Amino acid sequence: MSIYRAHILLPIDEGTIQSGAIEIKKELEKRIEEENLKEEIKILETGTIGVIGKGVMIVVYPDKVTYYNVTKTNLNNIIQEHIIKGRIAEEVEHSYEGHKPVEKEYKNVGLTREQQRIVLDKCWKIDPESIDDVLAYGGYRGVEKIFSESISPEAVIEEIKNSGLRGRGGAGFPTGLKWSFTRAAKGEEKFMICNADEGEPGTFKDRLIMEGDPHKLIEAMIIAGYAVGANKGYIYIRGEYELSIKRIQKAIDQALEYNLLGKNILETNFSFYLEIKKGAGAYVCGEETALIDSLEGKRGYPRIKPPFPANKGLWQKPTCVNNVETLANIPEIIYKGSNWFKKFGTEKSTGTKVFTILGHVEYPGLIEVEMGTPLREIIFSYGGGIKGGKRFKAALVGGSAGVFLPERLLDVKMDFESLDESKAVLGSGAILVMDEDTDIVDMLFSILKFFAHESCGQCSVCRIGTHQLLNLIYGIRRGQAQEKDIDQMVKIAETMFDMSLCPLGQSLIMPVKSAVENFRQDFLNKIQNKNN
Amino acid sequence: MSREEILKTYDQTSDNLLAILHDIQDNKDEHYLTREDLKKVSDYLDLTYGFVHGVATFYSMFSLKPRGKNIIRVCQSPPCHLMGSTTISKELIKILGIKFGETTKDGLFTLEMTSCLGVCGVAPAIMINDQVYGNLNKQRLYEVIEEKRRVK
Repeated sequence: MSIYRAHILLPIDEGTIQSGAIEIKKELEKRIEEENLKEEIKILETGTIGVIGKGVMIVVYPDKVTYYNVTKTNLNNIIQEHIIKGRIAEEVEHSYEGHKPVEKEYKNVGLTREQQRIVLDKCWKIDPESIDDVLAYGGYRGVEKIFSESISPEAVIEEIKNSGLRGRGGAGFPTGLKWSFTRAAKGEEKFMICNADEGEPGTFKDRLIMEGDPHKLIEAMIIAGYAVGANKGYIYIRGEYELSIKRIQKAIDQALEYNLLGKNILETNFSFYLEIKKGAGAYVCGEETALIDSLEGKRGYPRIKPPFPANKGLWQKPTCVNNVETLANIPEIIYKGSNWFKKFGTEKSTGTKVFTILGHVEYPGLIEVEMGTPLREIIFSYGGGIKGGKRFKAALVGGSAGVFLPERLLDVKMDFESLDESKAVLGSGAILVMDEDTDIVDMLFSILKFFAHESCGQCSVCRIGTHQLLNLIYGIRRGQAQEKDIDQMVKIAETMFDMSLCPLGQSLIMPVKSAVENFRQDFLNKIQNKNN
Repeated sequence: MSREEILKTYDQTSDNLLAILHDIQDNKDEHYLTREDLKKVSDYLDLTYGFVHGVATFYSMFSLKPRGKNIIRVCQSPPCHLMGSTTISKELIKILGIKFGETTKDGLFTLEMTSCLGVCGVAPAIMINDQVYGNLNKQRLYEVIEEKRRVK
């Protein structure tokens, strides 16, 4: 293996592909060849860097310089200046990792600002399709630690409990506790499932984890399977996520080859098999019992709980279901210890959280920061503030089933407890920012339309409730409504909260109530404008 | 691959239903499932026809109607809505002369709505078959459609 003077990392994701990343890669390879640098420079295709809307990006290592909006023209400049002469190509837009921006000058603010990365630590530094690369970068050392130090499953669960890790899929249930339920459940055969049916609008963190560092998920599944006592695991991936499916499959194949999966892993008594199951487009399948039904080959209908999956899950056997981001924390917790993990975040919400910043911000994309980071910092510092210098109006936090937060709540800390106090939720970590010109009624309409379409139809409260809400907001939008219709919406949502079978129907109270409470004037304007 | 060959690649357990339906559908130029397909699959997995039909109509990625060469899926989720997906939808209806759920007479395009595509960073976005097109405006949309028309 030759040693390279520098690595050029080329993050490949949906955003960069569209901006022509594949052509740039070909051009880059051609130019490196022409300059006779093939022995010195290695080009590496990686997962996302988290920045979106900046065209094709390349990162030059070890200098840690990121170039944005790379084109065939300025690529030559980068090669001439940086690769050949060793100085930064100043003419091309760029930034350094860890470079702290001057607070006043938002020019340097952005997603490459220092972040605390645990889940995404390797995401754009490795070739996600090479297990050797992953191993060189510390992959699978959690698994290695467990088996080389003969740590018992109970001790693994204890470690996770002690870390305070809570589910990142939305509900925030303590992961260690969940594992212990499945472990304690009676039954010979148990299953471990990874919920990768990421459908929450505005959320794509799981996709980027799977595309950028698929082996991390495989490693986490091995550890989780070992802890709960399962020998078979499933990763249920959304049908639309073609690249994720491809990369996870490749990772499984490589892990099998290295005896990290399969019979007697690393010559121990533990055997673990992994299989991908592909979804087919149903938002409700993100709910764990609906996902289990879908995995069994049925319609994705949520089940009545209890019994919980821990006792009666897949094929009525003890099952544990965890979200991708939750699992992605596991290997590092095991390797570095729960006390290390607890240093990040707040007392009750430990660790980090991946957020997607979207809508009217300068830098849409995703970041991973400590739990408890104020919303204001995320929007204005990492997201670069409101696009076009406009005023902030609202942020829809937590996905579609999230809460509209007004300006006065901008200083809320993004962790489970603080958000709960402000009657909000962390949800999936999506932050949709809206500027002063945004019509909240129109946004709520879009949300209600989404839910009316995605309600699975099993329980009548949700099936009918979502359409009732849609009808009411149609009326308000057209100005054919009265003020009492606004409160009627809240009432319906409250009934749905009380009566619905699953979180899909229960959660509509969040956007409806917060929109009405915080932005009532928007609704009144619609009604009054037309009535005048 | 024929339908029978696809079936043979799977064990006869009901949890393979979704995967089989995906494969049969992807194998056809018109991206859809016929009654005959559903019947054969139900026989293979020892399920009732009604059950298989129920599953095939539950999930939005399956279609029981023939579809065009290019399936255009317009993201309707809130982030795309905020960034202007309504304009994109209206424009597509105008350019193609069909409504959502319909296929053009030449069999080139089918227009569908979809929930979040997970590419919100480049909203508003559409997906044509496997490829995502983001940061759309009228001009870019027009170019994308023209390009697809030219390829035929």
